[in-house]
Amino acid sequence: MTETLVGLFMILGIVALGFMAIQVSGLSWYAHKANYYKVTADFDNIGGLKVRAPVMIAGVSVGEVANIVLNASDYRARVTLLVDQDKAKLPTDTSASIYTQGLLGSNYINLSPGYADTFLANGGLIETTNSAVILEKLIGQFLYSFQSKPSQEK
Amino acid sequence: MPMPISSASSDTFVKVTNLCFKREERVIFDNVSLRIARNKITAIMGPSGTGKTTLLRLISGQLKPNSGDIIVYPLEAKESGIPIHRLNRRKLYQLRKKISMLFQSGALFTNLNVYENVVFPLREHARLPEDMLRDIALMKLEAVGLRGAHHLMASQLSGGMARRVAMARALALDPELMLYDEPFTGQDPIIMGVLVQLIKRLNYALGLTSVIVSHDVAETASIADYIYLISNGKIIGEGTPEALFAEQSPAVNQFIHGLPDGVVPFHYPAKDYAEELFS
Amino acid sequence: MLSAVQQFGQFGLTFSRKVGISGIFLFNVLFRRPKLQRSFPLLIEQLYFIGVFSLIIIMLSALFIGMVVSLQGHNTLQRFGADQELGELLALSVTRELAPVITALLFAGRAGTSLTAEIGLMRATDQLDSMEMMAVDPLWRIISPRFWAGLISAPILTLIFDMVAIYGGYLVGVKWLGVDSGSFWSNMQASVGFYDDVINGVIKSLVFGFVVTWIAVYQGYYTAPNAMGIGRATTKTVVYSSLAILALDFMLTSVMLKNW
Repeated sequence: MTETLVGLFMILGIVALGFMAIQVSGLSWYAHKANYYKVTADFDNIGGLKVRAPVMIAGVSVGEVANIVLNASDYRARVTLLVDQDKAKLPTDTSASIYTQGLLGSNYINLSPGYADTFLANGGLIETTNSAVILEKLIGQFLYSFQSKPSQEK
Repeated sequence: MPMPISSASSDTFVKVTNLCFKREERVIFDNVSLRIARNKITAIMGPSGTGKTTLLRLISGQLKPNSGDIIVYPLEAKESGIPIHRLNRRKLYQLRKKISMLFQSGALFTNLNVYENVVFPLREHARLPEDMLRDIALMKLEAVGLRGAHHLMASQLSGGMARRVAMARALALDPELMLYDEPFTGQDPIIMGVLVQLIKRLNYALGLTSVIVSHDVAETASIADYIYLISNGKIIGEGTPEALFAEQSPAVNQFIHGLPDGVVPFHYPAKDYAEELFS
Repeated sequence: MLSAVQQFGQFGLTFSRKVGISGIFLFNVLFRRPKLQRSFPLLIEQLYFIGVFSLIIIMLSALFIGMVVSLQGHNTLQRFGADQELGELLALSVTRELAPVITALLFAGRAGTSLTAEIGLMRATDQLDSMEMMAVDPLWRIISPRFWAGLISAPILTLIFDMVAIYGGYLVGVKWLGVDSGSFWSNMQASVGFYDDVINGVIKSLVFGFVVTWIAVYQGYYTAPNAMGIGRATTKTVVYSSLAILALDFMLTSVMLKNW
């Protein structure tokens, strides 16, 4: 009798584990790591981009940021992206930009595919990149344009 | 149960030499030496709190002495002749199968019934089929007169019955040395009579060596072959019961005859009576 | 003044000695040769008393906590128009913190105190000593099965807490407060990492289970052999366990969060 109950107890634990894996964390999401291919992109400024931030095309998630390092030779940020092969193949003239999710959200990578006929392979490099919008620069530009306006009217 | 060979081997079962034991600054035993004779009933008596139970625990290896030796000489054990506190755990456990201790409260396992309690040491150590173990357990219970109670839960037993079951359990592995920790304390006259008879009968029928720690003078003296009287960490008297009853030394005399005032004073040290009352 | 320093030093020495004793005790409990086919039924029996008996209180608490987190969370998120994030809020708070910590605290209160009391009673009635005298090592026969049972039960109970709490939150959020079921689950799935959140929570619960069971078993084994001693020992189990859980939680959380 006690063995039966102990067995049920442990089965309940395993069921809970299964529930957590599938229903709560969507584990299957990360099960196809094998189908990812790596692409790199260099940015002047990545803003608040973090590792594991999503990579999106047209608002649909196709992968995640794997790694961010400083490229010592040209002082730009080298970001490594993992893109799901089954979801998207990237033409060689794809551009990468850093956008913000919603108004207060975190940064993510947005990819805009171009019209080239050849596709990026594993280890390829995205040539065109747009850095993140930095709030201080934006304010600076705004103030600058604001200052120059009254002088033009004179 | 093999009968022990008598005079060929040494007739001492336990030899305690120059034992010193302290517990947190308080000296319990100060250079105590005594000898437990084989196949005899030896009593260790003394006022409450002198550490008689501690002595049993030292003999059984549960406590380690600060200095001195306690050597146990069981007949069939390879560990014979080595001080018990120097044995490693495995050898100590081998030796312990030859020594059984009966605790003051019986110390039965409260979640088991009488039968399960008695068969416990057998199950752990004897590699015998279950029905043979059952026979042995029932025989032990018969020896203490409680075979009919084997289905009762340990928590349902009265004090006297619990001690008898504990005795049956202690005898389960046919030990050579039985240590009794205050077996008579707090029992009614009938149960005391039963226990006294049991201890004596089992000792001689099974060829055991028994050590009784007690302060019940009359009961213990009626079955003991030799008595040690311990007070304040020293032996203040020893001898056969007759010798001790006739002894003249005041300390022994006070204990044996239960005199309220003597070496152990009646009054706790205090100021002068008249002075304290009228000041 | 000097006596205060002396007392403090004395306290430090006594404390170190106790920690040393408990460490050696733990080592012996873990590594004294347990004869496997004899300890297995003992382990099963203890898993029943420790794990199965704790199940009701864990599940009920999980249900209520899940429901209240959902209720409070919805109340606040709604003001920012962010109530679809409820699933994420619920799941992350439950898996990362609430499940391991609250399960461990309840476990200390329920299973820990009963372990301490049971072992303490065996100590007070000489049952442990008489077992020693029968050449049976109480450490592997009594203590070790209870220790392993506690260690195994803690993560299982935590996972069950996870599941029931999230279900409770689902009941309140979706069924009662009207959050959209699809966004509830999909936002949750998108933000909860299995290894980073669920498994880290389980790792925490293993650490907590280890420490709580160790404290409970140690307090019982070394209690003063009388009624007052057992009472004090059970109190100490609850107090020390709770403090240890909360302190370790902070340390583990800071280690785990750094990996991001």
